[in-house]
Amino acid sequence: MTTQGNESGTTTALELRHVSKFFGSVIALQDISLSVEPGMVTCVLGDNGAGKSTLIKILSGVYSPSEGEVLLNGEAVTFSSPREALDSGIATVYQDLATIPLMSVWRNFFLGNEPRKGFPPFRYLDRAYAKEVCRTELLDMGIDIRDPEQPVGTLSGGERQAVAIARAVHFGANVLILDEPTSALGVKASGVVLKYVLQARDRGVAVVFITHNPHHAFLVGDRFYLLNRGQMMETFERGAVTREQLVQAMAGGAELEVLEHELESITRQ
Amino acid sequence: MSNSLLVTDERMASISTVTRILRRPEIGALLGAIVIFLMFTAVDTTGIFASLTGLARWSDVAATVGIVAVPVALLMIAGEFDLSAGVMVGSSGLFAGLLISNWHWNMWPAIAATLVFAAAIGFINGWLVMVTGLPSFIVTLAMFFSLRGINLGLTKVITDTVRVADIDEAPGYDLARSVFASEIIEPYDYKVAVIWWIAVTALATWVLTRTQFGNWIYAVGGDKVAARNTGVPVRRTKITLFMCTSMSAALVGVITLTRLRSMQAGQGVGEEFTFIIAAVVGGCLLTGGYGSAIGASIGAAIIGMAFIGIAYAGWNTDWTWLFLGLILFLAVLVNTFIGRRASGARK
Repeated sequence: MTTQGNESGTTTALELRHVSKFFGSVIALQDISLSVEPGMVTCVLGDNGAGKSTLIKILSGVYSPSEGEVLLNGEAVTFSSPREALDSGIATVYQDLATIPLMSVWRNFFLGNEPRKGFPPFRYLDRAYAKEVCRTELLDMGIDIRDPEQPVGTLSGGERQAVAIARAVHFGANVLILDEPTSALGVKASGVVLKYVLQARDRGVAVVFITHNPHHAFLVGDRFYLLNRGQMMETFERGAVTREQLVQAMAGGAELEVLEHELESITRQ
Repeated sequence: MSNSLLVTDERMASISTVTRILRRPEIGALLGAIVIFLMFTAVDTTGIFASLTGLARWSDVAATVGIVAVPVALLMIAGEFDLSAGVMVGSSGLFAGLLISNWHWNMWPAIAATLVFAAAIGFINGWLVMVTGLPSFIVTLAMFFSLRGINLGLTKVITDTVRVADIDEAPGYDLARSVFASEIIEPYDYKVAVIWWIAVTALATWVLTRTQFGNWIYAVGGDKVAARNTGVPVRRTKITLFMCTSMSAALVGVITLTRLRSMQAGQGVGEEFTFIIAAVVGGCLLTGGYGSAIGASIGAAIIGMAFIGIAYAGWNTDWTWLFLGLILFLAVLVNTFIGRRASGARK
């Protein structure tokens, strides 16, 4: 049901066709097909152990699939490293592994894409430019860093996510993969991150939003894939699904209804 | 937005200049070096410790430590150790010495071949660490003992002694001596090795703070996974650093060989920890991701002052090791304290 990704006429940025991944006898993913379009937020929902991490690693070039194909702009590709995926415009922002705490904000922002002056082998970092761009790009996203020289470790969790997202967007990512960007954040900070997700989308980026939170997904998603125990369970399009349906599908229906009632009775007291 | 801009100024002011300076990794070492210099000046019995002649003496000791300690510090910032750096001084000296005295090579091709040999050993270290995933502590410790055995074994087999001698008979020796082992600035007789030390420190500082590769060094040591995720070639960065460490040890090997005109098979053994002490005293974190090249050089200077200062004070030089032990402990204590205070970055 999910193999056809191109019916609306837009070019598919990234597509998986019947992808499986095995680790020895463990089946981490089985027959996964999905497509990701530019200017849209594609949500992959799944609980712990659903195979989200493995899926991210395949999309971002850390693993190659055991079976099936990865298509980038309609062409089959095999990435042998995250660097290759990155060079092809696929940027991944990991939950807590996106930035290096002891390094300054601007060094983190340009890590792996350092702007340089001079001629080889005497090329050196363009520090003034880097700090300026880093500051203005982050201000554009509404994050005001006090000082580009300050270590990233001193920023809050939301700010760190934002630095990582701003970095990916600045370096022209066509596909932006976000691994649980809101899971460690408070309500307000989550809202801020979701705003960056929409800003990235409006710039024409194909955003893949991986989360276990159906409420956050519903707020920004255009298409929803439900992953469970390594298999693709259901697919919804925006407008054809309500928040309740999404939550139910995610949690396995009746079980959650009971829990919801219990919780409601507690909160009413 | 305008709101947050206002807040910016408020928060900027809360970081004082003092904290900014205290944040530098080498500050503890610098303060320590000043204290140690004053102390040895006070207990000096010869009256030359604080003179330019005294500087020439201890800077010579510091240079042979610092030339290797600086790349060792870079490697430590990248999160790895090289315990084979000390014995590599001996191995490379013997390698060059054998080419020259036994196979009658010209001095310069022999030095070039030695650097290639050292780069290869460094590559093997780095490659083994990256491929096996074993701690570099273990891999380079194994390399240390292997080279130590090879140094003695091969030298005995080839020369029937435990040393390689008669280097000064080789063609090209005089020029090599003027480049690696001459004295400069009469009448103090500074060793030219000091120039090499300063050059290595300056180059390493430039690379570390001003280049892309320097950014990668901090990144791979700070968080290997995050670095790889952002596209930093972790394996290449670390292997390059292992090669640099090994080649810097070879430079000291060549300096020692041209200076002494011979090489003992046991040369350099035990030095590996001196390099690590210099780097750690200089503010490098053992866990990686933090430190500086200048700090390692200041650490080397402290070691040089200790060796010469204790002799000039008229004390038995055996006490040097006790002194270095105490300095190491105090330096790490102070660095940790300062680091904790500064990374809080509140005042």
